[in-house]
Amino acid sequence: MRPVRTSVVTAAAAVAALTAVTGCADKSDAKAGGADGSVQVTATDSACKLSKTDFPAGHVKFDIENKGSKVTEVYLLFPDDRIVAERENIGPGLKQQLTAEVKAGSYEVACKPGMKGDGIRQKVTITGGTAVKRNPQLDAAVAEYRKYAQEQADETLPKVKVFTDAVRAGDVDAAKKAFAPSRLGWERTEPVAESFGDIDPKTDTREDGLEKGQKWTGWHRLEKSLWVDGKIGDDEKALATELDKDLTDWQKRVGTAEITPTSMANGAKELLDEVATGKITGEEDRYSHTDLSDFKGNVEGAQKAYELLKPVAAKNDAALTTELDKQFASLNTLLDKYRTDKTSYDFTSYDKVSDGDRKQLSDAVNALAEPLSKLAAAVAK
Amino acid sequence: MSDTTDATGTGRSPSRRALLGWGGAGLALGAAAAGGTVAVVKGGGSDAVPAADTGAAVPFHGDHQAGIATAVQDRLHFASFDVTTKDRAELVQLLKDWTVAAAAMTEGKTVGEGAYGGLAEAPPDDTGEALGLRPCRLTLTFGVGPSLFAKDRFGLEGKRPEALVDIEQFPGDNLEPGRSGGDLCVQACADDPQVAVHAIRNLARIGMGKVAIRWSQLGFGKTSSTTPDAQTPRNMMGFKDGTRNVSGTDTKALDDHVWVGAKDGSAWMTGGSYLVARRIRMHIETWDRTSLQEQEDVFGRDKGEGAPVGKAKERDEPFLKAMKPTAHVRLAHPDSNDGVRILRRGYSFTDGTDGLGRLDAGLFFLAYQRDVRKGFLPLQRSLARHDALNEYIQHVGSAIFAVPPGVRDKGDWWGRGLFG
Ligand SMILES: [Cu+2]
Repeated sequence: MRPVRTSVVTAAAAVAALTAVTGCADKSDAKAGGADGSVQVTATDSACKLSKTDFPAGHVKFDIENKGSKVTEVYLLFPDDRIVAERENIGPGLKQQLTAEVKAGSYEVACKPGMKGDGIRQKVTITGGTAVKRNPQLDAAVAEYRKYAQEQADETLPKVKVFTDAVRAGDVDAAKKAFAPSRLGWERTEPVAESFGDIDPKTDTREDGLEKGQKWTGWHRLEKSLWVDGKIGDDEKALATELDKDLTDWQKRVGTAEITPTSMANGAKELLDEVATGKITGEEDRYSHTDLSDFKGNVEGAQKAYELLKPVAAKNDAALTTELDKQFASLNTLLDKYRTDKTSYDFTSYDKVSDGDRKQLSDAVNALAEPLSKLAAAVAK
Repeated sequence: MSDTTDATGTGRSPSRRALLGWGGAGLALGAAAAGGTVAVVKGGGSDAVPAADTGAAVPFHGDHQAGIATAVQDRLHFASFDVTTKDRAELVQLLKDWTVAAAAMTEGKTVGEGAYGGLAEAPPDDTGEALGLRPCRLTLTFGVGPSLFAKDRFGLEGKRPEALVDIEQFPGDNLEPGRSGGDLCVQACADDPQVAVHAIRNLARIGMGKVAIRWSQLGFGKTSSTTPDAQTPRNMMGFKDGTRNVSGTDTKALDDHVWVGAKDGSAWMTGGSYLVARRIRMHIETWDRTSLQEQEDVFGRDKGEGAPVGKAKERDEPFLKAMKPTAHVRLAHPDSNDGVRILRRGYSFTDGTDGLGRLDAGLFFLAYQRDVRKGFLPLQRSLARHDALNEYIQHVGSAIFAVPPGVRDKGDWWGRGLFG
């Protein structure tokens, strides 16, 4: 669980431009576009006027002026509404600039007075240069990852049911045993689950992460009952059923998550961030101390996304993938020290891991997460 | 040595000789603009010392590393690293990468491709918190600890200098492993704390996967001066200490006591120095309720002027026998130690309060010397046994590093003599 949610959706929106518009860093491209003059956008409360709607591919610059009375925002959109570029919070009377590297194709410009709704749309045509081309390898990677996320959810539900059945049966020991395994699939694909915004707060919130007035539900609430109170009451049984329901919701919606190659890459990095902030300190599973099982799940999920993107990333940045292979291997080797059987997810209780060993784990996570943060760039090149 | 073009090609770096004369050489300080114009240091006769507020750059290349004889800056971030890679080539590449980044940062430039303007969904190379700040006399000084020479590590066991000793445990030491030792160190000194922290943070980031920070220490209020005309700054006990410090302009004293000579053994260390770092916690609260008489007796100086017992001025020659036999100044004076002198660059530190509400403060002692066996060790043996100050201090961290000679030019890198 993460208190601040940089959702896959947000990430996807921000990076959509990149996956379709390759060669952003190529400055020679710049001359093709805006050099002969930028596009004037005059936004009012009822109009979104462009000085031209047909312009060359490359570096496009919009000079926006808000002549209306409401705060507005201006978007450049793909035909399917994905965002190429945006400029928010343009107050009345203000001028702002919006720039983007754009390839040939059909787009829309939207002004949103009041920053609400679909906005006032203008179709624009961008010509010249090379047309938007999809990379079939990356498309395949996304499709494969979507399948993986779905599988994880499908396989998780029965394991969750073992846990929740035990809770409903009032069997503390059986519930404790089933707790960590019930979380694995979730931990592997957490950024996808978090992208929905509403599921994670219900299932994976820690007590200190609650907002005022928010009812504490989900795994960690039950974890506390089992490990701290050592008993199961009617409330817990009801919460178990609620957890089933919320995770079924997750299972149904996984397929609809917006996933792009760069959101996959950054999602992998976010999984390591989860480890670096929540698990290394033992905060995540503070009652059960099953942090290392979650840790392993996060690493596996990150590795899955990476492996799928690797063929493309290796072509663009071979040194990076060599480094990532090495760091994934060494982190996994280190984690293996904390389980007797390499096929089991029965890890050493985290309260038995010394400060020195935690430091070593933390260093290994940093050693992997730092190069992993460069994966998105390697994929987008 | 010859003038060389710096790493990013912005101009000529003055020779380290000229820099050595920091206190004695005239400094034509260019108004260093944000983004880092390198101030030109010219040889000359005036006594100008660059003031902290000029924001000037200290040249990175030279015979000796900057940050030793360089006039002491106001702030410190010192970091000790464990080398986590086992791959020698990888470590060497890191040292090369570090050197390039260090050269850029001392000029007030960003690391790599900068802090913004790159791909939107990738993190920038530079962390960005020093954007808009001037070089602020940033120096980055690199050293290697004894553990790097261990058998079955990097094949360096034959290169360990004899002078790079394992420091013994002194009576009264209460050393914490988490504040001691380290395979590598980087001392970042600057007139702005943000500049020093930025430098260590970026080096740590570049090093991830190859090295990991073992411990680090922030320092403020330099407690010693390498510029003899400047007032000796006060330590956290309110006293001036280290008046007889080796001056950064005293070429002879530097050659005699600080720089490793060609005949000292370990050729790769010629022009380098040995650094001892000690985190000395002060029992601030008990010191504060100690009588003025006792405080002055402990140091052997008066609190107001800093004059040695019976004298009028700070720099008056002390009459050691007038002091108590346990007085700090008496015990630390070269005359009590066969003429031994060390170059001190310590800083005060305050890391908030401990769990008992006591100020976690003291002196982060940094001393450079040509040979620790003739410098810090005998001095500390004597102090640990007799110094009246021991009632009010405790050494809680300790490390020693061999600090190689300067990076000569763009083709050179930290540790080349050792690994090359
Ligand atoms: Cu002293």
